[in-house]
Amino acid sequence: MSTAAATVGGRTGRAKPATMAQALGRALRDAMAADPTVHVLGEDVGTLGGVFRVTDGLAKEFGDDRCTDTPLAEAGILGAAVGMAMYGLRPVVEMQFDAFAYPAFEQLVSHVAKMRNRTAGAMPLPITVRVPYGGGIGGVEHHSDSSEAYYMATPGLHVVMPATVDDAYGLLRESIASDDPVVFLEPKRLYWSKADWSPEAPAQVEPIGRAVVRRPGRSATLITYGPSLPVCLEAAEAATAEGWDLEVVDLRSLVPFDDETVAASVRRTGRAVVVHESSGFGGPGGEIAARVTERCFHHLEAPVLRVAGFDIPYPPPMQERHHLPGVDRVLDAVARLQWEADS
Amino acid sequence: MTVQELPGAAAYRPTPPPAWKPLTDPAPLLPDPEPYRVLGTDSAADADPELLLRLYTELVRGRRYNAQATALTKQGRLAVYPSSTGQEACEIAAALVLEERDWLFPSYRDTLAAVARGLDPVEALTLLRGDRHTGYDPREHRIAPLCTPLATQLPHAVGLAHAARLKGDDVVALAMVGDGGTSEGDFHEALNFAAVWRAPVVFLVQNNGFAISVPLAKQTAAPSLAHKAVGYGMPGRLVDGNDAAAMHQVLGEAVARARRGEGPTLIEAVTYRMDAHTNADDATRYRGDGEVEAWREHDPIRLLERELTGRGLLDEEGIATAREAAERMAEGLREQMNADPVLDPMDLFAHVYEERTGQLREQAEMLRGELAAEHDPLEENGVEGRR
Ligand SMILES: Cc1ncc(C[n+]2csc(CCOP(=O)(O)OP(=O)(O)O)c2C)c(N)n1
Repeated sequence: MSTAAATVGGRTGRAKPATMAQALGRALRDAMAADPTVHVLGEDVGTLGGVFRVTDGLAKEFGDDRCTDTPLAEAGILGAAVGMAMYGLRPVVEMQFDAFAYPAFEQLVSHVAKMRNRTAGAMPLPITVRVPYGGGIGGVEHHSDSSEAYYMATPGLHVVMPATVDDAYGLLRESIASDDPVVFLEPKRLYWSKADWSPEAPAQVEPIGRAVVRRPGRSATLITYGPSLPVCLEAAEAATAEGWDLEVVDLRSLVPFDDETVAASVRRTGRAVVVHESSGFGGPGGEIAARVTERCFHHLEAPVLRVAGFDIPYPPPMQERHHLPGVDRVLDAVARLQWEADS
Repeated sequence: MTVQELPGAAAYRPTPPPAWKPLTDPAPLLPDPEPYRVLGTDSAADADPELLLRLYTELVRGRRYNAQATALTKQGRLAVYPSSTGQEACEIAAALVLEERDWLFPSYRDTLAAVARGLDPVEALTLLRGDRHTGYDPREHRIAPLCTPLATQLPHAVGLAHAARLKGDDVVALAMVGDGGTSEGDFHEALNFAAVWRAPVVFLVQNNGFAISVPLAKQTAAPSLAHKAVGYGMPGRLVDGNDAAAMHQVLGEAVARARRGEGPTLIEAVTYRMDAHTNADDATRYRGDGEVEAWREHDPIRLLERELTGRGLLDEEGIATAREAAERMAEGLREQMNADPVLDPMDLFAHVYEERTGQLREQAEMLRGELAAEHDPLEENGVEGRR
């Protein structure tokens, strides 16, 4: 699966500020240029360039057959992608918003996730499903869901989420190169985040499934991904004032899950908080906390805590700030890690 | 407990659907080759002047509502607004053909239909302002929540109409969807259920040319969207969606047909979206100005105005009166929308379940604590740093 690491290479070009959305677009472009079997399809991906402009320019450069405006039907889009992949293409599908991917769930769960297994390996499906996801952009109903728990509970799917501009490029190239289906979750509220970035030859392209330590620290580990990474980095900075030296681990992918990087970090620090904005109950944090506990029990000085969105349907935009875990809630949890003192 | 044992169950006696013999001849189900028109044709003379004047007043009011709501997005008072400017005839006719006991199933663009049915103009906008998901009680107004996931409200309309008929009520459901929405699986499943159950439903497709940026030609290869009806075994009607009189007539016939127990109808209203998809969309990316200008000639208000003034039913004074009434509505809307809504963050937990789970009670307490004090959590917990 790590082919892209070899094909893309290291950073050489001059760095310029780029947004995450631009980096994603560039990844699609480069993947299409490198491999004629890569096809992009979805609602409004052609002339409009996608509602977030991620696919801007692709139809012009590669033609309508390579970047296709489909009829408005998510089950149809993903179902057609299954057939295209069966015939040797590499479809990259765009679901316009998180909650509008649900009509495609049947295709995703019953076919995309299972085809390799059903056919005893004879028919893998190299499909990438791009889903703009998560809240924090003031979207009305059905525009802010965090759906990663549904996807990660479905064996057969990779579930990937970039949190930086570099990773947006690298992980998307990796996902498209993967012979397994990937649900590629794009944190909407980071689309406009910027980094100095060199489109000619972008930063390291990591194979899917490797977590990275974004900030080294000694006193506790914040385990996070996607939209919550900036929150955790900010919390880690704020915590230094109180003498806490927090390590921040960016998972980058929930499936596969990088047990090694996470466990190594928690063994070093002895304390861990999982932070994500999707609901806590039945959410990714429970799985992560259980894995950490299983691997690091003797190193832990406090229970693994979770900071997550409330267990409610995503609220209206005027109320979302109360729902989304912010820096204070992370710091609250960090304070509770002072377990011996409290119990 | 079985249904029979439930208290009050005795009052509930389902009426079986009427016997249904599938049609073998599709001809009567086929739509006309051209959209049906009334205004500017001979049949305009038969139209009820009072109805035409009512439609006119409502169209003018609706146009003003769209303009005001769009202005509110620019002032940051609305998060987003999908305008129905150009489509007012469809919106108004849909609201006016229904009896009070009937139900409307609008999509996210159909605020105007909801307002014309009597919903408070501010309540209709809370979804788009961002303070609640549905700012009104659907049962009170018999208007389902404005629906954002496309076409998903259509099976609901079928189910509700079916239930009403089982209960012996002569209630009709009118469900609205866009041209893009007709590609969704839910659209097809709803039509099929409705026809098989002979449910009292009217499906109104507003074909406004685009689904965001995608033109109809990339959405369907059918001769018309109304033709889709035939395959399910219901009549399809093609109407000029900018002709308020034609819309009212065709929708009225379909509602009457449904009420008589003769089953569902699919109506395609051919219209045009004059504004961008929403205020956040850049329509210049996918359509030319010339196209919009051509449709301006066929504006629903202009069409009706021409008819009414030509017949001496409306003069400058009448036009001014309609505009003033619309202006007053806009003023009221502006004023109310300029006040900040007072929201209780505790409402987040109020309606997840009938009763809060223990978990939600805990989370509510946590939020209450957070709100009670802007605080430094580390300090408050007596943590002086880990040495
Ligand atoms: C299931 C689903 N997929 C995608 C979307 C995103 N979306 C919102 S409106 C829209 C276009 C709808 O076009 P149409 O049905 O023609 O209605 P119109 O906007 O023209 O009134 C799309 C793709 C959605 N709301 N629901």
